Amino acid sequence: MPAIEILGLEKTYSVGFWRKRPKRALHPLQLTVEDGEIFGFLGPNGAGKTTTLKLLMGLVFPSAGSARILGREWTDPSVKAQIGFLPEQPYFYDYLTAHELLEYYGQLSGVPAKQRKQRVEQVLDKVGLRDVQGVQLRKFSKGMLQRVGIGQAILHDPKLVFFDEPMSGLDPMGRREVRDLMEQLKHEGKTVFFSTHILSDAEALCDRVAIIHKGELRGVGAIEDLTSSVQGKVEVVWQGTQVPASIKALGAECHVTGDRVRAIINENQQDAVIDALRRERLRLIAITPVRTSLEAYFVEKLRRAETTAGRTA
Amino acid sequence: MRIAHIASNTFREAVRDRVLYNLIAFALLLSGAAILVGQISIEIEKLVVINLGLTAVSLFGVVIAIFIGIGLVSKEIEKRTLYTVLSRPVRRWEFIVGKFFGLAGTLVVNTFFMAVGVFAALFYVSHKFVRADALILVALYFIVLQFLIVCALALLFSSFSSPLLSAVFAFSLFVIGSFAEDLRNFAALAHGVSRWLATGAAYLVPNFSAFNVITSIAHEQPVAGQLILQNTVYAVFYATMALSGAVLIFEYRDLK
Repeated sequence: MPAIEILGLEKTYSVGFWRKRPKRALHPLQLTVEDGEIFGFLGPNGAGKTTTLKLLMGLVFPSAGSARILGREWTDPSVKAQIGFLPEQPYFYDYLTAHELLEYYGQLSGVPAKQRKQRVEQVLDKVGLRDVQGVQLRKFSKGMLQRVGIGQAILHDPKLVFFDEPMSGLDPMGRREVRDLMEQLKHEGKTVFFSTHILSDAEALCDRVAIIHKGELRGVGAIEDLTSSVQGKVEVVWQGTQVPASIKALGAECHVTGDRVRAIINENQQDAVIDALRRERLRLIAITPVRTSLEAYFVEKLRRAETTAGRTA
Repeated sequence: MRIAHIASNTFREAVRDRVLYNLIAFALLLSGAAILVGQISIEIEKLVVINLGLTAVSLFGVVIAIFIGIGLVSKEIEKRTLYTVLSRPVRRWEFIVGKFFGLAGTLVVNTFFMAVGVFAALFYVSHKFVRADALILVALYFIVLQFLIVCALALLFSSFSSPLLSAVFAFSLFVIGSFAEDLRNFAALAHGVSRWLATGAAYLVPNFSAFNVITSIAHEQPVAGQLILQNTVYAVFYATMALSGAVLIFEYRDLK
Protein backbone atom coordinates (compact mmCIF):
# COMPACT_ATOMS: atom_id res chain seq x y z
CA MET A 1 0.00 0.00 0.00
CA PRO A 2 1.47 3.38 -0.97
CA ALA A 3 1.95 5.84 1.88
CA ILE A 4 0.65 8.74 -0.20
CA GLU A 5 -1.43 8.77 -3.36
CA ILE A 6 -2.13 12.21 -4.75
CA LEU A 7 -4.97 11.92 -7.23
CA GLY A 8 -5.15 15.08 -9.30
CA LEU A 9 -5.03 17.58 -6.47
CA GLU A 10 -5.08 21.11 -7.79
CA LYS A 11 -5.37 24.55 -6.32
CA THR A 12 -6.44 27.85 -7.82
CA TYR A 13 -6.53 30.96 -5.67
CA SER A 14 -8.53 34.09 -6.36
CA VAL A 15 -6.27 37.11 -6.26
CA GLY A 16 -6.96 40.83 -6.46
CA PHE A 17 -9.04 43.00 -4.18
CA TRP A 18 -11.90 44.15 -6.33
CA ARG A 19 -11.77 42.19 -9.57
CA LYS A 20 -10.83 38.71 -8.52
CA ARG A 21 -8.82 36.74 -11.02
CA PRO A 22 -7.76 33.12 -10.75
CA LYS A 23 -4.15 32.21 -10.04
CA ARG A 24 -3.25 28.58 -10.36
CA ALA A 25 -0.86 27.54 -7.61
CA LEU A 26 -0.95 23.84 -8.40
CA HIS A 27 -1.88 22.08 -11.62
CA PRO A 28 -3.54 18.66 -11.28
CA LEU A 29 -0.91 16.61 -9.47
CA GLN A 30 -0.58 12.83 -9.71
CA LEU A 31 2.02 11.38 -7.40
CA THR A 32 2.59 8.21 -5.44
CA VAL A 33 4.97 7.83 -2.52
CA GLU A 34 5.75 4.29 -1.46
CA ASP A 35 5.73 3.10 2.10
CA GLY A 36 9.10 3.35 3.86
CA GLU A 37 10.88 5.60 1.39
CA ILE A 38 12.43 9.01 1.76
CA PHE A 39 10.82 11.07 -0.94
CA GLY A 40 12.15 14.47 -1.96
CA PHE A 41 9.81 17.08 -3.33
CA LEU A 42 12.03 19.50 -5.21
CA GLY A 43 11.43 22.82 -6.79
CA PRO A 44 12.55 26.44 -6.74
CA ASN A 45 10.91 28.91 -4.38
CA GLY A 46 7.26 29.45 -5.29
CA ALA A 47 7.03 26.20 -7.26
CA GLY A 48 4.02 24.85 -5.34
CA LYS A 49 5.77 22.64 -2.79
CA THR A 50 4.27 24.29 0.26
CA THR A 51 0.84 24.49 -1.38
CA THR A 52 0.95 20.73 -1.96
CA LEU A 53 1.89 20.12 1.65
CA LYS A 54 -0.82 22.46 2.91
CA LEU A 55 -3.37 20.64 0.77
CA LEU A 56 -2.30 17.31 2.22
CA MET A 57 -2.47 18.71 5.76
CA GLY A 58 -5.97 20.10 5.18
CA LEU A 59 -4.80 23.67 5.77
CA VAL A 60 -6.05 24.77 2.36
CA PHE A 61 -8.82 23.18 0.34
CA PRO A 62 -8.26 21.83 -3.16
CA SER A 63 -10.06 23.25 -6.19
CA ALA A 64 -10.29 19.66 -7.46
CA GLY A 65 -8.83 16.23 -6.90
CA SER A 66 -8.26 14.11 -3.86
CA ALA A 67 -5.59 12.11 -2.07
CA ARG A 68 -5.15 9.01 0.01
CA ILE A 69 -2.77 8.88 2.93
CA LEU A 70 -1.88 5.54 4.50
CA GLY A 71 -4.73 3.96 2.56
CA ARG A 72 -7.42 6.31 3.82
CA GLU A 73 -9.04 9.50 2.52
CA TRP A 74 -6.72 12.38 3.38
CA THR A 75 -9.58 14.27 5.02
CA ASP A 76 -10.21 11.45 7.50
CA PRO A 77 -9.27 12.93 10.94
CA SER A 78 -7.89 9.56 12.12
CA VAL A 79 -5.17 9.83 9.46
CA LYS A 80 -3.74 12.85 11.24
CA ALA A 81 -2.90 10.82 14.33
CA GLN A 82 -0.43 8.92 12.18
CA ILE A 83 1.28 11.77 10.40
CA GLY A 84 3.75 14.39 11.55
CA PHE A 85 4.26 17.78 9.93
CA LEU A 86 7.02 20.35 10.12
CA PRO A 87 5.98 23.59 8.38
CA GLU A 88 8.48 25.82 6.62
CA GLN A 89 10.12 28.28 9.03
CA PRO A 90 8.03 27.09 11.94
CA TYR A 91 6.87 29.42 14.67
CA PHE A 92 5.54 28.12 17.93
CA TYR A 93 3.82 29.45 21.03
CA ASP A 94 6.82 31.36 22.33
CA TYR A 95 5.47 31.71 25.86
CA LEU A 96 5.86 27.96 26.30
CA THR A 97 9.01 26.04 27.09
CA ALA A 98 10.13 23.27 24.74
CA HIS A 99 8.89 20.71 27.26
CA GLU A 100 5.49 22.37 27.64
CA LEU A 101 5.06 22.69 23.88
CA LEU A 102 5.78 19.02 23.27
CA GLU A 103 3.50 18.08 26.16
CA TYR A 104 0.71 20.19 24.63
CA TYR A 105 1.16 18.70 21.15
CA GLY A 106 1.23 15.25 22.73
CA GLN A 107 -2.15 15.98 24.29
CA LEU A 108 -3.57 17.17 20.97
CA SER A 109 -2.22 14.12 19.17
CA GLY A 110 -3.93 11.86 21.68
CA VAL A 111 -0.76 10.35 23.18
CA PRO A 112 -1.90 8.70 26.44
CA ALA A 113 -0.72 10.58 29.56
CA LYS A 114 1.42 7.70 30.81
CA GLN A 115 3.42 7.45 27.58
CA ARG A 116 3.48 11.17 26.97
CA LYS A 117 6.00 12.09 29.64
CA GLN A 118 8.40 9.40 28.49
CA ARG A 119 7.91 10.26 24.83
CA VAL A 120 8.56 13.98 25.43
CA GLU A 121 11.81 13.14 27.22
CA GLN A 122 12.89 10.82 24.40
CA VAL A 123 12.18 13.39 21.72
CA LEU A 124 13.97 16.17 23.63
CA ASP A 125 17.00 13.90 23.75
CA LYS A 126 16.69 13.01 20.09
CA VAL A 127 16.64 16.61 18.90
CA GLY A 128 19.28 17.71 21.40
CA LEU A 129 17.14 20.07 23.46
CA ARG A 130 17.23 18.29 26.80
CA ASP A 131 19.42 20.98 28.39
CA VAL A 132 17.15 23.84 27.37
CA GLN A 133 13.79 22.14 27.86
CA GLY A 134 12.77 24.63 30.57
CA VAL A 135 13.59 27.75 28.55
CA GLN A 136 10.76 29.69 26.89
CA LEU A 137 10.82 29.40 23.11
CA ARG A 138 11.02 33.18 22.71
CA LYS A 139 14.66 32.84 23.75
CA PHE A 140 15.43 30.16 21.16
CA SER A 141 17.55 30.69 18.04
CA LYS A 142 16.21 29.83 14.58
CA GLY A 143 18.12 26.56 14.55
CA MET A 144 16.78 25.58 17.96
CA LEU A 145 13.23 26.34 16.83
CA GLN A 146 13.81 24.09 13.83
CA ARG A 147 14.79 21.30 16.22
CA VAL A 148 11.62 21.91 18.25
CA GLY A 149 9.72 21.71 14.97
CA ILE A 150 11.26 18.38 14.11
CA GLY A 151 10.60 17.17 17.65
CA GLN A 152 6.90 18.02 17.50
CA ALA A 153 6.60 16.32 14.11
CA ILE A 154 7.90 12.98 15.41
CA LEU A 155 6.55 13.23 18.96
CA HIS A 156 3.57 10.94 18.52
CA ASP A 157 5.62 8.34 16.64
CA PRO A 158 3.88 8.88 13.29
CA LYS A 159 4.12 6.44 10.39
CA LEU A 160 4.52 9.22 7.85
CA VAL A 161 6.38 12.49 8.35
CA PHE A 162 6.12 15.60 6.17
CA PHE A 163 8.96 18.09 6.41
CA ASP A 164 8.73 21.41 4.59
CA GLU A 165 12.28 22.69 4.01
CA PRO A 166 13.64 20.96 7.12
CA MET A 167 17.24 22.14 6.65
CA SER A 168 16.27 25.79 6.38
CA GLY A 169 18.02 27.92 8.98
CA LEU A 170 20.34 25.17 10.16
CA ASP A 171 24.13 25.32 10.30
CA PRO A 172 26.14 22.49 8.66
CA MET A 173 26.15 20.44 11.87
CA GLY A 174 22.42 20.91 12.28
CA ARG A 175 21.82 19.87 8.68
CA ARG A 176 23.87 16.78 9.20
CA GLU A 177 21.86 15.91 12.31
CA VAL A 178 18.59 16.32 10.44
CA ARG A 179 19.86 14.09 7.66
CA ASP A 180 20.84 11.46 10.22
CA LEU A 181 17.44 11.75 11.85
CA MET A 182 15.67 11.26 8.53
CA GLU A 183 17.74 8.20 7.82
CA GLN A 184 16.94 6.91 11.27
CA LEU A 185 13.23 7.42 10.62
CA LYS A 186 13.53 5.44 7.40
CA HIS A 187 15.42 2.75 9.30
CA GLU A 188 12.49 2.60 11.74
CA GLY A 189 10.22 1.88 8.79
CA LYS A 190 8.66 5.32 8.52
CA THR A 191 7.97 7.21 5.33
CA VAL A 192 9.51 10.66 4.98
CA PHE A 193 8.19 13.19 2.48
CA PHE A 194 10.24 16.35 2.44
CA SER A 195 10.32 19.42 0.30
CA THR A 196 13.52 21.25 -0.40
CA HIS A 197 15.28 23.44 -2.89
CA ILE A 198 18.69 22.29 -1.62
CA LEU A 199 19.54 19.58 -4.12
CA SER A 200 22.55 18.15 -2.30
CA ASP A 201 20.26 17.24 0.62
CA ALA A 202 17.91 15.43 -1.71
CA GLU A 203 20.75 13.69 -3.50
CA ALA A 204 22.21 12.47 -0.21
CA LEU A 205 18.94 11.28 1.30
CA CYS A 206 16.20 10.43 -1.11
CA ASP A 207 15.17 7.15 -2.60
CA ARG A 208 13.04 9.02 -5.11
CA VAL A 209 12.37 12.62 -5.95
CA ALA A 210 9.75 14.63 -7.78
CA ILE A 211 10.48 17.96 -9.42
CA ILE A 212 7.82 20.63 -9.46
CA HIS A 213 7.99 23.98 -11.18
CA LYS A 214 5.33 26.68 -11.48
CA GLY A 215 2.80 24.30 -9.97
CA GLU A 216 3.45 21.53 -12.47
CA LEU A 217 5.16 18.21 -11.96
CA ARG A 218 8.22 18.01 -14.22
CA GLY A 219 9.71 14.64 -13.36
CA VAL A 220 9.59 11.79 -10.86
CA GLY A 221 11.98 8.94 -10.28
CA ALA A 222 14.77 7.31 -8.33
CA ILE A 223 17.88 9.45 -8.03
CA GLU A 224 19.94 6.80 -9.88
CA ASP A 225 17.47 6.75 -12.76
CA LEU A 226 17.38 10.49 -13.06
CA THR A 227 21.10 11.04 -12.77
CA SER A 228 22.57 8.13 -14.76
CA SER A 229 22.66 7.17 -18.43
CA VAL A 230 21.90 10.65 -19.58
CA GLN A 231 25.28 11.11 -21.15
CA GLY A 232 26.52 7.48 -21.53
CA LYS A 233 30.03 8.56 -20.58
CA VAL A 234 32.68 7.14 -18.28
CA GLU A 235 35.53 8.68 -16.37
CA VAL A 236 38.92 6.95 -16.63
CA VAL A 237 41.67 7.78 -14.12
CA TRP A 238 45.28 6.64 -14.47
CA GLN A 239 48.57 7.42 -12.82
CA GLY A 240 50.91 9.74 -14.68
CA THR A 241 50.97 13.14 -16.23
CA GLN A 242 50.85 12.23 -19.92
CA VAL A 243 47.92 11.62 -22.21
CA PRO A 244 48.74 9.05 -24.93
CA ALA A 245 48.22 10.33 -28.48
CA SER A 246 45.72 7.54 -29.26
CA ILE A 247 43.52 8.70 -26.35
CA LYS A 248 43.81 12.32 -27.48
CA ALA A 249 42.74 11.15 -30.95
CA LEU A 250 39.50 9.81 -29.48
CA GLY A 251 38.59 13.36 -28.60
CA ALA A 252 38.69 12.64 -24.85
CA GLU A 253 38.37 15.52 -22.43
CA CYS A 254 41.47 15.19 -20.18
CA HIS A 255 42.52 16.92 -16.96
CA VAL A 256 45.87 16.46 -15.22
CA THR A 257 45.88 16.93 -11.47
CA GLY A 258 49.10 16.14 -9.59
CA ASP A 259 50.22 12.72 -10.78
CA ARG A 260 46.83 11.68 -12.07
CA VAL A 261 45.01 12.10 -15.34
CA ARG A 262 41.24 12.05 -15.61
CA ALA A 263 39.64 11.52 -19.00
CA ILE A 264 35.96 11.64 -19.89
CA ILE A 265 35.19 9.36 -22.82
CA ASN A 266 32.19 7.72 -24.45
CA GLU A 267 31.23 4.34 -23.00
CA ASN A 268 32.03 2.62 -26.34
CA GLN A 269 35.58 4.00 -26.30
CA GLN A 270 36.37 2.31 -22.97
CA ASP A 271 38.19 -0.73 -24.45
CA ALA A 272 40.31 1.40 -26.78
CA VAL A 273 41.44 3.59 -23.86
CA ILE A 274 42.32 0.56 -21.70
CA ASP A 275 44.35 -0.90 -24.58
CA ALA A 276 46.18 2.41 -25.03
CA LEU A 277 47.05 2.56 -21.30
CA ARG A 278 48.36 -1.03 -21.42
CA ARG A 279 50.52 -0.23 -24.44
CA GLU A 280 51.99 2.81 -22.72
CA ARG A 281 52.39 0.82 -19.44
CA LEU A 282 50.36 3.36 -17.49
CA ARG A 283 48.64 2.25 -14.28
CA LEU A 284 44.85 2.34 -14.47
CA ILE A 285 43.28 3.55 -11.22
CA ALA A 286 39.52 3.71 -11.87
CA ILE A 287 36.77 3.59 -14.45
CA THR A 288 33.44 4.99 -13.29
CA PRO A 289 30.30 5.92 -15.14
CA VAL A 290 29.74 9.65 -15.34
CA ARG A 291 26.50 10.57 -13.64
CA THR A 292 24.70 13.76 -14.29
CA SER A 293 24.29 15.50 -10.96
CA LEU A 294 20.79 15.98 -9.67
CA GLU A 295 21.43 19.68 -10.00
CA ALA A 296 22.19 19.33 -13.72
CA TYR A 297 19.04 17.26 -14.19
CA PHE A 298 17.01 19.77 -12.22
CA VAL A 299 18.33 22.76 -14.14
CA GLU A 300 17.74 20.96 -17.42
CA LYS A 301 14.13 20.20 -16.45
CA LEU A 302 13.44 23.77 -15.47
CA ARG A 303 15.10 25.11 -18.61
CA ARG A 304 12.99 22.81 -20.74
CA ALA A 305 9.86 23.92 -18.90
CA GLU A 306 10.75 27.58 -19.47
CA THR A 307 11.35 26.94 -23.19
CA THR A 308 8.01 25.14 -23.56
CA ALA A 309 6.24 27.95 -21.73
CA GLY A 310 7.96 30.51 -23.97
CA ARG A 311 6.85 28.67 -27.12
CA THR A 312 3.27 28.37 -25.88
CA ALA A 313 3.19 32.08 -25.11
CA MET B 1 -10.79 16.58 25.73
CA ARG B 2 -8.86 18.37 22.96
CA ILE B 3 -11.11 21.40 23.52
CA ALA B 4 -10.04 21.45 27.17
CA HIS B 5 -6.36 21.32 26.19
CA ILE B 6 -6.77 24.19 23.71
CA ALA B 7 -8.74 26.20 26.29
CA SER B 8 -6.12 25.61 28.94
CA ASN B 9 -3.34 26.68 26.59
CA THR B 10 -5.28 29.83 25.68
CA PHE B 11 -5.63 30.62 29.37
CA ARG B 12 -1.92 29.99 29.92
CA GLU B 13 -1.09 32.33 27.03
CA ALA B 14 -3.16 35.12 28.58
CA VAL B 15 -1.50 34.64 31.96
CA ARG B 16 2.01 34.53 30.52
CA ASP B 17 1.34 37.54 28.32
CA ARG B 18 0.60 39.35 31.57
CA VAL B 19 -3.05 40.03 30.76
CA LEU B 20 -3.92 39.67 34.42
CA TYR B 21 -1.66 42.65 35.15
CA ASN B 22 -4.75 44.74 34.43
CA LEU B 23 -5.78 43.73 37.93
CA ILE B 24 -3.10 46.03 39.29
CA ALA B 25 -4.58 49.00 37.41
CA PHE B 26 -8.02 47.96 38.62
CA ALA B 27 -6.84 47.67 42.23
CA LEU B 28 -5.20 51.10 42.07
CA LEU B 29 -8.32 52.65 40.56
CA LEU B 30 -10.59 51.12 43.15
CA SER B 31 -8.48 51.86 46.19
CA GLY B 32 -7.96 55.43 44.99
CA ALA B 33 -11.70 55.85 44.51
CA ALA B 34 -12.49 54.28 47.91
CA ILE B 35 -10.09 56.60 49.70
CA LEU B 36 -11.34 59.61 47.76
CA VAL B 37 -15.08 59.03 48.23
CA GLY B 38 -14.46 58.18 51.88
CA GLN B 39 -13.58 61.83 52.29
CA ILE B 40 -16.62 63.19 50.45
CA SER B 41 -19.77 61.81 52.01
CA ILE B 42 -20.70 58.77 54.04
CA GLU B 43 -24.09 58.53 52.29
CA ILE B 44 -22.91 58.18 48.72
CA GLU B 45 -19.60 56.43 49.20
CA LYS B 46 -21.11 52.95 48.95
CA LEU B 47 -23.09 53.97 45.88
CA VAL B 48 -19.96 55.31 44.19
CA VAL B 49 -17.85 52.26 45.03
CA ILE B 50 -20.47 49.85 43.64
CA ASN B 51 -21.08 51.94 40.52
CA LEU B 52 -17.45 52.62 39.81
CA GLY B 53 -16.29 49.14 40.77
CA LEU B 54 -18.79 47.23 38.65
CA THR B 55 -18.46 49.59 35.69
CA ALA B 56 -14.69 49.12 35.84
CA VAL B 57 -15.10 45.34 36.02
CA SER B 58 -17.29 45.50 32.94
CA LEU B 59 -15.05 47.85 30.94
CA PHE B 60 -11.77 46.16 31.82
CA GLY B 61 -13.28 42.81 30.89
CA VAL B 62 -14.76 44.03 27.61
CA VAL B 63 -11.44 45.58 26.59
CA ILE B 64 -9.63 42.31 27.40
CA ALA B 65 -12.28 40.23 25.61
CA ILE B 66 -12.01 42.36 22.48
CA PHE B 67 -8.26 42.75 22.39
CA ILE B 68 -7.48 39.11 23.06
CA GLY B 69 -10.47 37.77 21.17
CA ILE B 70 -9.66 39.56 17.91
CA GLY B 71 -6.22 37.94 17.79
CA LEU B 72 -7.25 34.45 18.81
CA VAL B 73 -7.59 33.15 15.27
CA SER B 74 -5.93 35.78 13.08
CA LYS B 75 -2.73 35.82 15.15
CA GLU B 76 -2.49 32.05 14.94
CA ILE B 77 -2.87 32.19 11.16
CA GLU B 78 -0.43 35.07 10.78
CA LYS B 79 2.22 33.43 12.97
CA ARG B 80 1.44 30.00 11.49
CA THR B 81 1.20 28.41 14.94
CA LEU B 82 -2.08 26.99 13.70
CA TYR B 83 -0.37 24.75 11.14
CA THR B 84 1.09 22.42 13.74
CA VAL B 85 -2.23 22.30 15.59
CA LEU B 86 -4.54 21.60 12.66
CA SER B 87 -2.17 19.03 11.18
CA ARG B 88 -3.00 16.93 14.24
CA PRO B 89 -6.29 15.17 14.87
CA VAL B 90 -7.89 18.47 15.88
CA ARG B 91 -11.04 19.56 14.09
CA ARG B 92 -11.37 23.19 13.19
CA TRP B 93 -14.51 23.63 15.29
CA GLU B 94 -12.70 22.17 18.29
CA PHE B 95 -10.01 24.80 17.88
CA ILE B 96 -12.56 27.67 17.82
CA VAL B 97 -14.57 26.32 20.75
CA GLY B 98 -11.38 25.65 22.75
CA LYS B 99 -10.18 29.19 22.12
CA PHE B 100 -13.56 30.55 23.22
CA PHE B 101 -13.55 28.66 26.50
CA GLY B 102 -9.93 29.62 27.11
CA LEU B 103 -10.73 33.30 26.76
CA ALA B 104 -13.97 32.99 28.70
CA GLY B 105 -12.05 31.21 31.48
CA THR B 106 -9.47 34.01 31.55
CA LEU B 107 -12.24 36.57 31.92
CA VAL B 108 -14.00 34.61 34.66
CA VAL B 109 -10.77 34.39 36.67
CA ASN B 110 -10.09 38.07 36.02
CA THR B 111 -13.62 38.97 37.09
CA PHE B 112 -13.29 36.85 40.22
CA PHE B 113 -10.24 38.81 41.37
CA MET B 114 -11.90 42.11 40.49
CA ALA B 115 -15.01 41.07 42.40
CA VAL B 116 -12.84 40.38 45.45
CA GLY B 117 -11.47 43.91 44.97
CA VAL B 118 -14.96 45.41 44.77
CA PHE B 119 -16.08 43.66 47.94
CA ALA B 120 -12.87 44.69 49.71
CA ALA B 121 -13.42 48.33 48.71
CA LEU B 122 -17.03 48.07 49.85
CA PHE B 123 -15.95 46.71 53.21
CA TYR B 124 -13.37 49.48 53.48
CA VAL B 125 -16.00 52.22 53.04
CA SER B 126 -18.91 50.68 54.96
CA HIS B 127 -17.01 48.48 57.47
CA LYS B 128 -19.64 45.74 57.14
CA PHE B 129 -21.60 43.69 54.63
CA VAL B 130 -25.40 43.75 54.43
CA ARG B 131 -27.74 41.24 52.77
CA ALA B 132 -28.38 43.56 49.81
CA ASP B 133 -24.67 43.43 48.93
CA ALA B 134 -25.26 39.91 47.62
CA LEU B 135 -27.05 41.58 44.68
CA ILE B 136 -23.61 42.60 43.46
CA LEU B 137 -23.10 38.93 42.59
CA VAL B 138 -26.06 39.14 40.19
CA ALA B 139 -24.53 42.18 38.50
CA LEU B 140 -21.22 40.33 38.24
CA TYR B 141 -23.01 37.33 36.75
CA PHE B 142 -24.61 39.58 34.12
CA ILE B 143 -21.22 41.11 33.38
CA VAL B 144 -19.76 37.63 32.80
CA LEU B 145 -22.68 36.83 30.47
CA GLN B 146 -21.84 39.99 28.53
CA PHE B 147 -18.24 38.83 28.28
CA LEU B 148 -19.36 35.54 26.74
CA ILE B 149 -21.18 37.44 23.99
CA VAL B 150 -18.28 39.83 23.41
CA CYS B 151 -15.77 36.92 23.29
CA ALA B 152 -17.89 35.07 20.75
CA LEU B 153 -18.30 38.20 18.62
CA ALA B 154 -14.57 38.96 18.73
CA LEU B 155 -13.87 35.39 17.66
CA LEU B 156 -16.44 35.65 14.88
CA PHE B 157 -14.77 38.77 13.47
CA SER B 158 -11.33 37.30 14.02
CA SER B 159 -12.24 34.32 11.87
CA PHE B 160 -12.51 36.40 8.71
CA SER B 161 -10.99 39.85 9.14
CA SER B 162 -7.82 41.55 10.29
CA PRO B 163 -7.28 42.31 14.00
CA LEU B 164 -7.79 46.04 13.46
CA LEU B 165 -11.11 45.64 11.65
CA SER B 166 -12.20 42.99 14.13
CA ALA B 167 -11.53 45.41 16.98
CA VAL B 168 -13.53 48.14 15.26
CA PHE B 169 -16.47 45.78 14.54
CA ALA B 170 -16.51 44.26 18.02
CA PHE B 171 -16.19 47.55 19.85
CA SER B 172 -18.86 49.18 17.67
CA LEU B 173 -21.23 46.32 18.37
CA PHE B 174 -20.55 46.64 22.07
CA VAL B 175 -21.34 50.36 22.02
CA ILE B 176 -24.47 49.94 19.84
CA GLY B 177 -25.54 46.95 21.93
CA SER B 178 -25.27 49.03 25.09
CA PHE B 179 -27.93 51.34 23.58
CA ALA B 180 -30.03 48.49 22.14
CA GLU B 181 -33.02 49.49 24.26
CA ASP B 182 -32.94 53.02 22.79
CA LEU B 183 -32.64 51.53 19.32
CA ARG B 184 -35.76 49.44 19.95
CA ASN B 185 -37.64 52.49 21.22
CA PHE B 186 -36.59 54.40 18.12
CA ALA B 187 -37.77 51.51 15.91
CA ALA B 188 -41.17 51.62 17.58
CA LEU B 189 -41.51 55.31 16.74
CA ALA B 190 -40.17 55.11 13.17
CA HIS B 191 -42.23 54.55 10.00
CA GLY B 192 -41.79 52.74 6.70
CA VAL B 193 -38.40 51.43 5.64
CA SER B 194 -36.54 53.07 8.53
CA ARG B 195 -38.85 51.21 10.93
CA TRP B 196 -37.94 47.89 9.32
CA LEU B 197 -34.26 48.72 9.28
CA ALA B 198 -34.21 49.96 12.86
CA THR B 199 -36.18 46.94 14.09
CA GLY B 200 -33.87 44.56 12.24
CA ALA B 201 -30.77 46.27 13.62
CA ALA B 202 -32.23 46.41 17.14
CA TYR B 203 -32.78 42.67 17.22
CA LEU B 204 -29.55 41.80 15.45
CA VAL B 205 -27.19 43.69 17.74
CA PRO B 206 -26.64 42.17 21.18
CA ASN B 207 -28.94 43.75 23.74
CA PHE B 208 -26.36 44.67 26.36
CA SER B 209 -28.62 47.23 28.00
CA ALA B 210 -30.65 44.35 29.49
CA PHE B 211 -27.49 43.19 31.28
CA ASN B 212 -26.78 46.53 32.91
CA VAL B 213 -28.28 46.41 36.38
CA ILE B 214 -25.43 48.23 38.09
CA THR B 215 -27.34 51.40 38.95
CA SER B 216 -30.40 49.59 40.32
CA ILE B 217 -28.21 47.27 42.38
CA ALA B 218 -26.27 50.23 43.76
CA HIS B 219 -29.65 51.48 44.99
CA GLU B 220 -30.32 48.05 46.51
CA GLN B 221 -33.23 47.30 44.16
CA PRO B 222 -33.72 43.54 43.71
CA VAL B 223 -33.38 41.85 40.31
CA ALA B 224 -36.29 39.70 39.08
CA GLY B 225 -35.54 35.99 38.76
CA GLN B 226 -37.16 36.11 35.32
CA LEU B 227 -34.56 38.63 34.13
CA ILE B 228 -31.76 36.37 35.35
CA LEU B 229 -33.22 33.45 33.40
CA GLN B 230 -33.95 35.57 30.35
CA ASN B 231 -30.45 37.06 30.26
CA THR B 232 -28.86 33.64 30.73
CA VAL B 233 -30.81 32.11 27.85
CA TYR B 234 -30.19 35.17 25.67
CA ALA B 235 -26.42 35.23 26.33
CA VAL B 236 -26.01 31.50 25.74
CA PHE B 237 -28.09 31.69 22.56
CA TYR B 238 -26.32 34.77 21.19
CA ALA B 239 -22.84 33.48 22.02
CA THR B 240 -23.68 30.10 20.47
CA MET B 241 -24.90 31.77 17.29
CA ALA B 242 -21.81 33.98 17.01
CA LEU B 243 -19.57 31.02 17.74
CA SER B 244 -21.38 28.90 15.15
CA GLY B 245 -20.82 31.69 12.63
CA ALA B 246 -17.11 31.71 13.50
CA VAL B 247 -16.94 27.93 13.12
CA LEU B 248 -18.77 28.02 9.78
CA ILE B 249 -16.44 30.65 8.35
CA PHE B 250 -13.33 29.01 9.74
CA GLU B 251 -14.31 25.54 8.51
CA TYR B 252 -14.02 26.67 4.89
CA ARG B 253 -11.18 29.13 5.18
CA ASP B 254 -7.90 28.53 3.38
CA LEU B 255 -4.95 29.08 5.70
CA LYS B 256 -2.59 30.67 3.19
